[in-house]
This record gives sequence, C-alpha cells and structure tokens, in this order.
Amino acid sequence: MIAMVQRNLWLELDRFARASLPALSITVAIFFLGVPGLFPAVAALRDTLAAMSVYFWTLYRPSSLPAPITVVLGLFLGLITNAPFGVWPVLLLLTQAGVLASRRILVRQGFILIWATFIVCILVTSVVEYCAFCILDFTVLPISPMLLQVGLGLLLYPLLVPLLIAAHRGPAAPELA
Amino acid sequence: MLRLSVPVRLVLSRLTLPVMLALSLGMIVAGQADRNIGIALRGAVDEALAPLYRVVSRPMAVLISDRNALGAWIGMHSEVRRLQAENVQLKRWRSVALALAAQNQSLKSQLHFVPTPTPAFFTARVIADVGGLYARSVLVTVPRDSHGVADAIAMDGGGVVGRVVQAGARSARILLITDLNSRIPVSIGRNGEHALMAGTNGPVPRLLFWPPGRPPAEGAVVLTSAEGGIFPDGLPIGVVHYLGRNDPAVWPFASMNRLRVLRLFEYQRGLNSFSSKASESIVQKTRP
Repeated sequence: MIAMVQRNLWLELDRFARASLPALSITVAIFFLGVPGLFPAVAALRDTLAAMSVYFWTLYRPSSLPAPITVVLGLFLGLITNAPFGVWPVLLLLTQAGVLASRRILVRQGFILIWATFIVCILVTSVVEYCAFCILDFTVLPISPMLLQVGLGLLLYPLLVPLLIAAHRGPAAPELA
Repeated sequence: MLRLSVPVRLVLSRLTLPVMLALSLGMIVAGQADRNIGIALRGAVDEALAPLYRVVSRPMAVLISDRNALGAWIGMHSEVRRLQAENVQLKRWRSVALALAAQNQSLKSQLHFVPTPTPAFFTARVIADVGGLYARSVLVTVPRDSHGVADAIAMDGGGVVGRVVQAGARSARILLITDLNSRIPVSIGRNGEHALMAGTNGPVPRLLFWPPGRPPAEGAVVLTSAEGGIFPDGLPIGVVHYLGRNDPAVWPFASMNRLRVLRLFEYQRGLNSFSSKASESIVQKTRP
C-alpha cells in the first residue's frame, strides 16, 4: 500500500516537473541572459527568446503554458528589462491568443510555414511593443531595436527549434512519465 | 478537492485567456496611474535576484578574467597592442599633467582655494545586465549598510558610467549614460560650454542644446556639469565625435560594453554633510 502511494507520488512529481519545464526554461533563460559574460548586449535577446518560447510551447504543448503562467512570465520579463509595467504580459498573451486561434491549422504544417508564421508573429509583437513603449513613455523611440528584434527572431528560430523539439519529445512530455 | 463538471471546466478554460488579457491591460493602466507600483515591484525583484546573480556571475567573472587562459585568449593580443599605444600616449600626457598640476597648485595658493569635499565612495561589482532592447541598465551589489545610495554617480576606470536610480538593501540599479532616458548636463571643452548629453540606447550618447553659433569641437573633452544639482562639476565622460553633419556625439571614456567593477560616489551625501557642517560652523561663529 505504502509502496503504491510512494509510486503515485513520484509519478505525480514527474508529471508536474515535465509540465512545468516550458515555464521554468523561459524563466531560467531570462535570468541567465542577464549574467555579464563573454558577449556584450546578450541581454537584448531576452524579449525575442521569450516570445519564441511562448510561440513554440503554445503551438505544441498549450496545456504546459496556461495564460496565468504566461502573465507571470511577462511580468518577470518586464520588471527585469525596465519595460513599462504590464506591457510584456499583454504582448505574450497576444502571441498566445494568435497561436491558439490558428493552432489546428498550424500544427499540421511543415517547418518552413511555421517559421514564416513566427516571423509574422514576432514582427507584429515588435511593432505593438514599439508603439506601446512610445505611447507610454511619451517619446519617439529609435526604430533600430525593433528591426533588430525581428532579425534576431528570424535567425534564432531555426537555431533553437531543434533544442525545443528535443525537449518537447523528451523531458517536457508528461505522457512519458 | 473541488470537482467541476465538464461544461464548467470548458467555460473556465475558454475564459482564462480573455480574463488574463483584461487583467494585464489593467496592469498597464495601474502602472501608468501610479508609477510606484512598477518601481516597488522592480526593486523587490532586484533584491530577490541579487544574491542569485552574485553567485552565478562569479564563475563567469573568473572564466573571462584576464588572469586565466580563456580570458587571456579572448582579449590578450588586441589588448596588449591597445595598451602599448595607450602607454605611449599616456607618457606624453604625464609630463603635461605634471606641469599643469604644478601650475594649478601655485594658482590655488594665490587664490586661497577652498577644496571641495571628498565624496564617500565604495566599489561595487556588476552582477547582472538588466537592460533590454529599449533600456540600458546594470545591477550592482552594494554593502549592507549603504542605504540611500540613490543618485550616487557610477564610474569605471575611464569615466562616468551612469547614475543609481533605484537602490535596495543588497543591490542598486544603475541607469547607464547610453540609456534613452538618460539626460546629463555637461560642459564641453576648454571654455566649458554647456550642453545636454542624451542617451540613445546606442553605443554613443548625443549632444543637444549647445550654445547657438558655437557647436562642440571635434575631440573636445566632455565633463559633467553641476547644473540640475545631481552631478558635480568636472567628472570626465568622453570626447566629442561627429557621427554626421551637425550630429555631435560623445565617445565615452568608460568601457560601456565591459562593465565589471564600478565605483559609486555619493556626491549628494558629501555635499549635504559638507553644507550642514558649514552651516553648523556659521551658527557657532554667529552665536554671542
């Protein structure tokens, strides 16, 4: 009896760990990109990486990244990067809403189409972010960071997607618990 | 445990995202209505993360330190060449500086010069880059008993790096001179022409509002100005460099991309204690 309870407990723990991997990996990435290290200005990758991860996990494992968790991640990202309060939760939720709306079609498509959709997604996110920052700070910001963000998204997605797919099929799969 | 029926669960799952979106939009409105919400939460996050960053940044600092193989490999060759060239220049400037120091001393003695108070300062280690695409700031450690370091001036070996905008018990957030929100009154060149240095989020801040008809000269040294009361006079920032026609920028002396250790000068505290001591002495002298 005790052995069965223990086994169930470990099983539940394993499932919980696997389900929380997407949110945990985004938190860890946001944290570690702030460590001053080998490459200068690596912290600028935070926004792109967070948007990319939310896009990927919402597409392949929406149950592992519920909206309240996305809000917490957005808040954390916004607070750590000096962004106006509340903007990043909205941006990440809009990404999530867009992906969820087109998920049934997207999930059956090949890599190129999903990549192209992500480029549109990061472009819209960057433009909305730029406009929100300009309005909330009452200033006209330079346009180059927005273009940089889109460019980074374009280049980083194919580089990081193998890693995310490996996680999706292995450690982030609660059904393998 | 509360068991919900399938239709209720379905409705709840469909409502979660719109409710969260409305909540987040509410956060934006609340953040604009009361800026202190964001400031307080940011301070709490900084304080919570500071010990973690302190632990994590140490191995990285050791890894890229010039004293070990990897750090030496990364920067040694170019660094040696740069240092050799800089050393030649510095030797020339040393003799100029010695002559000027002697002249300055004699002028001070003739003018009964009263020296400005030496500010309190401490050394702080950069533990995290807390900037983003639209912000340039770093997190530094502060000693436990150093409350009230807000507005302290951060400098590295070269010149001014930024200003403390938020300070907690363990950490302080420094707004770098390259941040878009940074506005610093400066004086330029030998005549000390006043201007405003504005960050652009790029590597070099721009110069604005210089006196009409007297644009900053290429290569002129840019120093802080005491206008506005935050910065003291005469801290080195950089040199003027024209990026285009009528577009002067400041090339910082500080290595903005390799900030590791900074000195935080508490000029405000120094000036306050100096003025309070001065007023005390005046009161004592005027007492019958």
